[in-house]
Amino acid sequence: MSFHLILFLLFGAVSVGGAINLLAQRHPINSALSLIAVMAALAGDYLLLGAEFVAAVQLIVYAGAIMVLFVFVIMLLNAGVEEETKGSRVAILVGVPGMLIGGVLVAWVVLRRSGTEAVPIGAMPGHPIDIAQLLFHDFLLPFEVTSILILIAIMGAVVLASKPESAAGKVE
Amino acid sequence: MPIGIFILVSVIKSVIVLFVLLTAVAYTVWLERKVVGHMQNRWGPTRVGPFGLLQPAADGLKFLFKEDLTPPHVYKPLFLAAPMMAVIFALTSISVIPFGNSIQLFGYSIPLQITDVNIGLLLILGITSMGVYGVALAGWSSNNKYSLLGGLRASAQMVSYEIALGLSLVGVLIQSGSFSLRDIVEAQGGRFLYIIPRWNIFHGQLIGFFVYLMAAYAETNRIPFDLPEAETELVAGYHTEYSSMKFAMFFMAEYANMITVACLATLLFFGGWHGPLFGPSLMRAVLPVFWFIAKVFCFLFLYIWVRGTLPRFRYDQLMSFGWKFLLPLAIANLVATAIVVAG
Repeated sequence: MSFHLILFLLFGAVSVGGAINLLAQRHPINSALSLIAVMAALAGDYLLLGAEFVAAVQLIVYAGAIMVLFVFVIMLLNAGVEEETKGSRVAILVGVPGMLIGGVLVAWVVLRRSGTEAVPIGAMPGHPIDIAQLLFHDFLLPFEVTSILILIAIMGAVVLASKPESAAGKVE
Repeated sequence: MPIGIFILVSVIKSVIVLFVLLTAVAYTVWLERKVVGHMQNRWGPTRVGPFGLLQPAADGLKFLFKEDLTPPHVYKPLFLAAPMMAVIFALTSISVIPFGNSIQLFGYSIPLQITDVNIGLLLILGITSMGVYGVALAGWSSNNKYSLLGGLRASAQMVSYEIALGLSLVGVLIQSGSFSLRDIVEAQGGRFLYIIPRWNIFHGQLIGFFVYLMAAYAETNRIPFDLPEAETELVAGYHTEYSSMKFAMFFMAEYANMITVACLATLLFFGGWHGPLFGPSLMRAVLPVFWFIAKVFCFLFLYIWVRGTLPRFRYDQLMSFGWKFLLPLAIANLVATAIVVAG
């Protein structure tokens, strides 16, 4: 077994373990931290596969920015321990078998379609220049349209978050 | 290079860099106490060793032997994990910083850097953005309103200034066309008109450097941006409840972050290890590392100087400075650089 493969399996195990822990934990902050561990371990796997840029973006955007906001909200609301309801028991009873069946189905389809050959480590185009070529040359229009979409969403959020002028005047 | 030797070399390099970094952290604290002391017409540490030079060792021992108090109402797992996270992220980010060119040893070419990934700069940004968790979780798990406010301030401040920090670096990236810190430094070799070195700061990135410096001060929670631990309002902010070695770990993380930020400024704007080379061949081999360390030292001195000079911002001033001044300035710099490079 090569050193790469050992590290890959190690990061994979951390991310699966983190995902299970995310579901098992009762306190939201522990779940959020498990999710961060999952994201960071995935970044490690991307790095090993040769997708260095994706790994860095995974760290900066997901583990570093989005999850900070999650943790921020949990801290601000001081959210307590999760309560168990009848619904959550039903979710476990139906969800676990459903997940298993779904996972087996996906694995079956993937194996049937692609054969048993795994993608060799480092075979994906992951160099920043490759990504730039894809984003700013081959898929320039979809990329720009997506960024305008995000800009509109940001402006919408700002409008929703700012108080109407008359109400703000009364409050302060 | 065979894998066994590669692992051996990596371990040796990591140990050396870690040792140098931790020593530098200890002596940056000493330097700060000394310099700020002299600025305030005091002596600073003088008792332990000549010029108080052994003070860091004494402090370290004191931190180790102090009672490690865990207050009863904290959320224990995270209260213990937070200082570790702060230190781990602070120490990890040094791993992609190059200190000099490659050296030839036993027939192998060994770069003076723990690892050279071609996204080095992004990796540093990623790891520093993870550094928020140590501070934020310390504040939350302490179960104390001053700590919580400190933690909230820290995370809001770091997330806000990270954007300006990232954008201020894009100008440099456009000019050098690579994320690899080694390539960025190589691109800064040579001179203009035989006198002025071709460093990025003299190469149209003066505004970029200004934005980087401001944002870096905010990212490392240093004066004038040390709102998360503003003593007059928040006791000690996020580390109010911490004592002995756990407190020392936050302290170490802060100074290690300072050093990383200074290294990054040197590499990106001040030509890294480039400097005049002269003398015999051994001296020529050592001088680049010397220049690098000298430049980093200047930045650390600047940090301390600013700390001894400036008062603290108010929180709303901090936020409006970051979002309404620094961010537009960084974007303007980016657009201008892009136009110049394309034209």
